[in-house]
Amino acid sequence: MKTKWLLTFPPELTGEPVTYTLIKNFNLKINILKASIDLNVSGNLLVLADGNKNEIDSALAWLGNTGVIVHPGDSQIVWNDALCVHCGACTAICPTKALSLDPSSWMVAFEGEKCLECGHCVPACPIGAISNNNGLHHA
Amino acid sequence: MAARKTYDEINQKIKEGNAVVVTADEVIDIVAEKGVREAAKYVDVVTTATFGPMCSTGAFMNFGHADPPIRMTNVLLNNVPAYAGLAAVDAYIGATEASLDKGINYGGAHVICDLVDGKSIRLSASSPGTDCYPRKNIETWINLDDVNEAYLYNPRNAYQNYSAATNTSDRPLYTYMGILKPGMGNVHYCTSGQLNPLLNDPHYRTIGIGTRIFLAGAQGFVSWMGTQFSSGRKRNAKGLPDAPGGTLAVSGDLRSMTTEFLKPAVFKDYGISMFVGIGVPIPILDEEVMSCVSVSDKDIFTTIEDYSVKRRDKPSLGTVSYEELRSGIITLQGRKIPTAPITSLHKSRQIAELLKQEIEKGEFEITKPVQSFPLNKTLKSLEVKSKEGR
Repeated sequence: MKTKWLLTFPPELTGEPVTYTLIKNFNLKINILKASIDLNVSGNLLVLADGNKNEIDSALAWLGNTGVIVHPGDSQIVWNDALCVHCGACTAICPTKALSLDPSSWMVAFEGEKCLECGHCVPACPIGAISNNNGLHHA
Repeated sequence: MAARKTYDEINQKIKEGNAVVVTADEVIDIVAEKGVREAAKYVDVVTTATFGPMCSTGAFMNFGHADPPIRMTNVLLNNVPAYAGLAAVDAYIGATEASLDKGINYGGAHVICDLVDGKSIRLSASSPGTDCYPRKNIETWINLDDVNEAYLYNPRNAYQNYSAATNTSDRPLYTYMGILKPGMGNVHYCTSGQLNPLLNDPHYRTIGIGTRIFLAGAQGFVSWMGTQFSSGRKRNAKGLPDAPGGTLAVSGDLRSMTTEFLKPAVFKDYGISMFVGIGVPIPILDEEVMSCVSVSDKDIFTTIEDYSVKRRDKPSLGTVSYEELRSGIITLQGRKIPTAPITSLHKSRQIAELLKQEIEKGEFEITKPVQSFPLNKTLKSLEVKSKEGR
């Protein structure tokens, strides 16, 4: 199973090889989607973790003990289907086609797994149908 | 025998429930299968539609008279300024006007939609006071039931084609065409292409002053040619302009509208606009009209303009068909660039389908224009003059 985590590092843990441990000890395939982290400063790491349920659960338990804060979830970008008018203004802004237009229905679809959480879509939506709950700061 | 029908004959079929009505999407296959001549005999009405941001949108209102009465100036609706340089209690609220306290996060478009949704709106106005209108201030609440009239009057909607936009500079641009990424990172386009009303009637044979239309759920009318009407634009072999051509001024009663087809739009660092849903029926009077409505995205071209050039006339980087734009990626100057629409094709199709159903049910009659639009009107520019004179 694949799961997306936003890991928030307190300053004292930014020197720890957390990604290495997740791979080595818990046998997870880790894909880093976004990193905003400096030594001794609080930072964030957005990862896609791939492994079986036991491995994922054990890794989550270990992360909890280290003090790294885990915000689990498919995506912290929330696309509100009920508000969307399906204009498409967000779709060429999105770098990974997580937001796309279906070429037959011409409706917008959001695939959280592809989302890098860059947040560029949020101001691109003229209706205000996209919001960002991930706490990452964007330029 | 040539296929010719009059407006009366088509309306008679609509009344009897026998009219054959199809959308401008559906008609393409019908013409491909039957040919123009047979299709013109078979089809009576083709519905066209668009749902995109249209800044030149607003509403007239008459509030009714208070006691004692006031000749309102400085009118605010939910703290959004409305123009009241009219009779005592008439005002016009423009969609793009921003709130005095919330800025572009709330504006005229939001006030109009709140009214349509039945919400109460705070009305504040002041006046110097006159013998006939002694009151100097008023603070009250209004809603759509309280006011005498409230109708959209949009000076420019439903552009017949529009240039696509890109950005060759090294910083993002925040425009009414959405966010344009640096280094030609994207191309944004609007209009509903083969479903667009005026692209299906390029020479304005059936769309003119008085044409009954679908306007945000209501039955509205074309009230005039739209501002910046530019019918004299160069045309291609299909008679279509590859840059902005004709436009429509439209009006309709807010009380019959729905915010499903009328939505405030906020473009970051640009301002407020309004998504307006418009549907226009085209009666198939003869083969020429049928030939025009069979236009498809591959026949419609538009120019791509560089919005990083901060001048009135932006350089064109090339011409592209709507079919290419719709594919999601185009090649421009040897590079593959993602494209995205600003006009909702999904909503446009919904409107064309709804209008089709209204006509089929006999609830929507077609109208002959009381006056046709001019065919060779060109666009003027504003020159900055150092002294008065011609």
